[in-house]
Amino acid sequence: MIQYIVRRVLLAIPVILGILVVTFLIARAIPGDPCRSALGERATEAACEAFNQRMGLDQPVLVQLGIYMRQILLEGDFGSSIRYSRPVSLMLIERLPVTLELGVSALILAVMVGIPAGILSAVKRNSRIDVAAMVGSNIGVSMPVYWLGLMLAYVFSIFLKDTPFWLPPSGRLTAGVIAAPFYKVWDWQLVSGSLGAQAADFFSNLVLFNSFITGQWHVFSDGIKHLILPAVALSTIPLAIIARITRSSMLDVLGAEYVRTARAKGLAERAVILKHALRNALLPIITVVGLQTGTLFAGAVLTETIFSFSGVGRALFDAITGRDFPVIQAFTVVIAVGYVAINLIVDICYAFIDPRIKIE
Amino acid sequence: MSTKKTTTQPLLDVQNLKTYFYTDDGVLTAVDGVDFQVAPRQVFGLVGESGCGKSVTSLSLMRLVDTPGKIVDGQVLLQGENLLDKTPAEMTKVRGSQISMIFQQPKSSLNPVFTIGDQIVEVFKIHETISEKDARQQAVELLRRVGIPDPERKAQAYPHELSGGQAQRVMIAMALALKPRLLIADEPTTALDATIQAQILDLMQDLRDTTDTAVILITHDLGVIAELADRVAVMYAGKIVEEGDTTALFDKPLHPYTQGLMGSIPVLGDTKERLEVIPGNVPSLINLQPGCRFASRCGARVEHNLEICTQVEPDLIEFDAGHKVRCWLYQEHAGHTPPLKAFADKKDRK
Repeated sequence: MIQYIVRRVLLAIPVILGILVVTFLIARAIPGDPCRSALGERATEAACEAFNQRMGLDQPVLVQLGIYMRQILLEGDFGSSIRYSRPVSLMLIERLPVTLELGVSALILAVMVGIPAGILSAVKRNSRIDVAAMVGSNIGVSMPVYWLGLMLAYVFSIFLKDTPFWLPPSGRLTAGVIAAPFYKVWDWQLVSGSLGAQAADFFSNLVLFNSFITGQWHVFSDGIKHLILPAVALSTIPLAIIARITRSSMLDVLGAEYVRTARAKGLAERAVILKHALRNALLPIITVVGLQTGTLFAGAVLTETIFSFSGVGRALFDAITGRDFPVIQAFTVVIAVGYVAINLIVDICYAFIDPRIKIE
Repeated sequence: MSTKKTTTQPLLDVQNLKTYFYTDDGVLTAVDGVDFQVAPRQVFGLVGESGCGKSVTSLSLMRLVDTPGKIVDGQVLLQGENLLDKTPAEMTKVRGSQISMIFQQPKSSLNPVFTIGDQIVEVFKIHETISEKDARQQAVELLRRVGIPDPERKAQAYPHELSGGQAQRVMIAMALALKPRLLIADEPTTALDATIQAQILDLMQDLRDTTDTAVILITHDLGVIAELADRVAVMYAGKIVEEGDTTALFDKPLHPYTQGLMGSIPVLGDTKERLEVIPGNVPSLINLQPGCRFASRCGARVEHNLEICTQVEPDLIEFDAGHKVRCWLYQEHAGHTPPLKAFADKKDRK
C-alpha cells in the first residue's frame, strides 16, 4: 500500500512539471502586456522597458522558463506577483484557505444530499419522489452557477431581508468581524517568515477551522452565514450529477443476485440497501465525486467572483486578466496538485471498498 | 431413492398460488394456480423448462418476487401458517431461519465486497443473539461441514477467490446455518461443471440424509430429480401438469409433456440418430389461448384428434394413488370421453 502511494506520488511529479511548463507557455501566449496592466495604460515605453528588465520579461521565453524552473525546483520559490510585487506564496496562504473552505463545504453538501437522494430515487423507482429528484437534478445540472448565485443572493439577501432567513450576499466575513488567529490566542511564539509561521498563517486563514478550535463563536456563525449561499450555488451541479450516478449505480446493484441473497437471508430491507447494495454501488459514485471535486475548483472561479470571496479562483481570474504570470502559474499548479491528490485518494478508496481491486 | 412417508401433515402446503407480472404488454401469468404439498424431510422436485414459472414459484414462497410481479391469489401454509398474511417484518423473520434458499449462480449470489465468513456470520446475527466469536466459530464449522478445505482460512476469503463449486458450498452452508425447515434450491447445479455438479449433488444427498430440512429442488434436469427427489411436480407454462412419486412418475409418465421431456434425455448406450424434441415453444404467458396450455405442441392431441384441448382447460386430477395429471387423455367432461386405453383399463378395474 505505502509502496503504491509512493509510486503514485513519484509518477505525479512529471505530470506537475508538465503542467508548470504548459501553463508557463500558455500564459505567455495570451496577447496582452503585463507591464501595461501593472503600471497602467499610459505607461511610457521607457518605463515599460525598465519594468520588463526588472521582472526579467525582456529575456527570451525559454530562458525565462529556465530561470523560473530553477527558482521553483531549487529554492521552492514561486516568485512574486508582477502586479502587486508580493511573494506569490503569501497570496496562496491568504487565498487557498478561502477556496478550501468553500470547496469542501460545497462538496460535503453535494455528497450528503446527492447520495441519499440518489438512493431514495433508486429504491422508490418511478415514484413521485424519484421523478421529483430526477427533475430536480436535471434542473440542477442545467443551472449556470452565475445565474443561480445571483438568484440566491437576490432571494436570501434582498427578498428575505429583515427575516430570520436573511443571508449575506457577499464577502467571507461581515466587515469588522475579525478572528484572532489561533496561534495568537494560544500565544505561540513563531519565527516570522519561517515555514511553521507560514503554516500557522495558512490554517488560521481557514475561518471556520480557526474560530471553531479557538471558540470564537460569533466569528464562526458569521463565517457559516457567509458560506451558505456560495456553497449552495457551487454545489448544485456536482450534487445533481452525484445524485444521478448514485441512482443508476444503485439500480444496477439492486437487481444483482447477491441482493436477492441478502433478502433471502432475512435481512431487513434497510440493511439490504445500506449495507449490501450501497457498498457495491459506491465505486462509480466515488469516481464521480473525485471528478466533481475538480469541477468545484473551476466553479469556484465564478462563485468567488459573484460572492466577492477572495479565494484562489478569484485571484486566478484577476491574474489572468492582468497577465500576472507568476500568479497564474503558481495557482494553476496548486490546483493541479489538488487534483492529482484527489485522484490518488479515490484510487486508494477503490481498494478499500472493493476487495477485487488490488493496488499493489 | 428413499420413499419417506408423505401421509403426515405437510410442512408446506401451497394452494392455488398465482403470481402475475403486470408488464406494459399485458398481464403475464407466470404462476397460475399452483398447488402442492411438501412433507417434512421430503425432497420435492419441481421440474420444467426455462420460463415455466418454477423460479417464480420459489420466489413467491419467500415473497421475494420483484415488481412488476405480484402474488395475486393463493395461500402458502408453512406448518399451517399462511406466509402471504404476514407483514414484511414478520416475513424477514421467516426468511433465512425457517425457509432459506440457494440459487443458480453461486458466485454472483455472494456479495463480492464481504468475506464469506462475514456473510455466514450475518445470518446468525440477523436471527439470533449470539456473540461475534461464537458466530464465527459456527460459521467455520459450517464451512467444514459442507466440505470447504481449510475453513478457518477460507472464511477470510472473498467470493471472487472461490471456485463455482466452493461458492455453492458456501451458499449451502449459509442456507443451512439456522437449520431451516425448508430449503429451496433453485437450479443449484446448473451453472457448474459436470464433475462439480456431481459433488454438489452428493453433498445435498448427504445433507438430506443427515438433517431434518425438507428441500424443494427446482431444476430442468430430470437426472438430478431422479437422483435426489422423493416426489416430483412437472410445471408447464405456469401450471403443474403432472405430479407423483419420483419412481411412479419416471416409470409411467402420463402427461404428453412429461413423456416428451423423458424422450428428450440422451440415454447412455442408446443409439439414436437424434434426440426427440417437443416441437414448438413455450407459449407466451400473456393473453393465453383457452384450453390446455400445452395443446399447441401436443402430439397426442393430434393423434387422437381431440377438440376439447383447445377449448377447455383440464383439471389436475388424481389418476393413480398419489399420481396426478392435468390432461384430457385421462379426464371425462361433458361430451368428451378420454381416448386412452390406460384410462379404460383403470375404469374397468373400479
